[in-house]
Amino acid sequence: MSTRATALPLPEEFRPVRGEWWVFLRRLARRRTSLFGLVVVAVVVVTALGATWVTPFDPVEQDIGDRLKPPGSRDATGHVHPLGTDHLGRDILARIVFGARPALLVGFAAVAISGVLGMAAGLVAGYFGGRIDDVLMRLADIQLAFPFILLAIAVIGVLGPSLTTIICVIGVSSWVVYARIVRGAALSLREREFVQAAQALGSRDGRILLRHVLPNVFTPWLVVATLDMARVIVIESALSFLGLGVQPPTPTWGGMLADGRVYISTAWWLATFPGLAILVTVLGINLFGDGLRDTLDPRLKV
Amino acid sequence: MRTFLTRRLLQSLVVLLGISFVVFFILHLTGDPASVLLPPEATAQDIREFRERMGFNDPFYVQYARFLRGALQGNFGDSIRHGEPAFGLVVERMPATFQLAGAALLLALCLAIPAGIVSAVRRNTLIDYVSTVVALLGQSMPTFWLGIMLILLFSVQLNLLPSSGRGEWRHLVLPAVTLGLFTTARITRLTRSGMLEVLSQDYIRTARAKGVSDPPVVWKHALKNAAIPIVTIVGIELGTLLGGSVITETIFAWPGVGRLSVQAIYNRDYPVVQAAVFLLASTFVLVNLVVDVLYTYLDPRIRLS
Repeated sequence: MSTRATALPLPEEFRPVRGEWWVFLRRLARRRTSLFGLVVVAVVVVTALGATWVTPFDPVEQDIGDRLKPPGSRDATGHVHPLGTDHLGRDILARIVFGARPALLVGFAAVAISGVLGMAAGLVAGYFGGRIDDVLMRLADIQLAFPFILLAIAVIGVLGPSLTTIICVIGVSSWVVYARIVRGAALSLREREFVQAAQALGSRDGRILLRHVLPNVFTPWLVVATLDMARVIVIESALSFLGLGVQPPTPTWGGMLADGRVYISTAWWLATFPGLAILVTVLGINLFGDGLRDTLDPRLKV
Repeated sequence: MRTFLTRRLLQSLVVLLGISFVVFFILHLTGDPASVLLPPEATAQDIREFRERMGFNDPFYVQYARFLRGALQGNFGDSIRHGEPAFGLVVERMPATFQLAGAALLLALCLAIPAGIVSAVRRNTLIDYVSTVVALLGQSMPTFWLGIMLILLFSVQLNLLPSSGRGEWRHLVLPAVTLGLFTTARITRLTRSGMLEVLSQDYIRTARAKGVSDPPVVWKHALKNAAIPIVTIVGIELGTLLGGSVITETIFAWPGVGRLSVQAIYNRDYPVVQAAVFLLASTFVLVNLVVDVLYTYLDPRIRLS
């Protein structure tokens, strides 16, 4: 018969006043740049979710009479187009606000897929080593040898562009950064006493990986995931820019840029604002990610 | 040293083999390569004949063996659109892509290494802040937007530089800046953090204590050690540059492999796409092999371990 051991409560004077999370948040908040990044990301997410309340305009409704109107002009009903209208008379601000949706959706979903794949590959390669490690690392080399965008558009060209295809293609081909970071951490954790103690106690490998190794590789993984999200958003807009992203009429930042490119000499606002939207979002994520790294794991090289 | 080289060479061969398989597999993703290559209006009869002629009815491994044999001889089949061998079409465009990627890399190294060193040495001064902010912006800016904005400013507004085509050096400026900015930002940040780490080491303090003046400490003692990660990243960044050329070449109508492949994808001209992907990926593998060999001269610990 076995009973479950419970930890003895710490005496009052030694108990930490607040949890680890609180300490972490305090340290993060002290860096003004990363706090700024977090605020930017939060604003983008909230605007994307509440897009219908942010703007009175419909992002796909055309109004040929009001085409290529410069920023600040009014339409017949007296509504102001703060960022102007495009070549089909659609409100640019509305399209940017709604365009945040596919960008963030692809960002989160693709990072989730590649993060899980990379975590699994890295844990297995680092913990078991040997043959399986060799195989996985050669696969990583093969993956890295491909020019990313070219491989992505070649595959999307065959499968046909759709939201699911784009998420899967980016997700499946972005696992290497995660795998390498997790593998490095797992490699050194394998030699640590608490892992060896668990092995000596007869824990199964799966349990050791999930309960002892995974929690200790989670922070570097999280930093990589945050910074990778920025990269994925740029790739999503690059694909839409090339016409192989989420298809019209859904507004996308890359698609708006491709439209605006044609009118570059007559209507500068068409291409300028969607690009700024990408820049601000990606900058916010990068600042937040840098702060996360400096707070959690300053020696991490990503 | 010999064993290191042999092992590294074998690894590269395995990677090349893997690349060839992925490139082969692109066409077979949907399970029916005939429907990928033929226009949608093709009749069932056309498709049947096409399958027979291309050998798509053979077992999978037979098809792959045939593809691999062809690839080794530089034969990826004929371009569906141009009717010429796809390999030749791609090779013809390679110099333009290398010129662009090379110019971008050179620009990145010339800007980033001095900028990174100065910001590390003059840490927390105005010049460090400026270079850090510029690097951060450069890392967050989408290439295609930067390209369009540069055209807007330098071609449309100021009328200083051409916005498309390849020819004299003036054609190279905007594409090279566009393609190189991200890499510049990456290398600047890496150089800065590498130098900061090295400058706090004991041997630097020893050199300073011995009375070595500032410039030799920075350039001889510190940079040599900070150079190791920079050399690695240069090999990897070449992949970013070759991949980024797809976008940059499209924006500036630069007649290289990237633009050729984007057009080939629009035209469903997959032999050309396969040849382009294969050649660019192989180039990346070869360059990284060379970088790794160079690396062993910089850091003998690697070839000894």
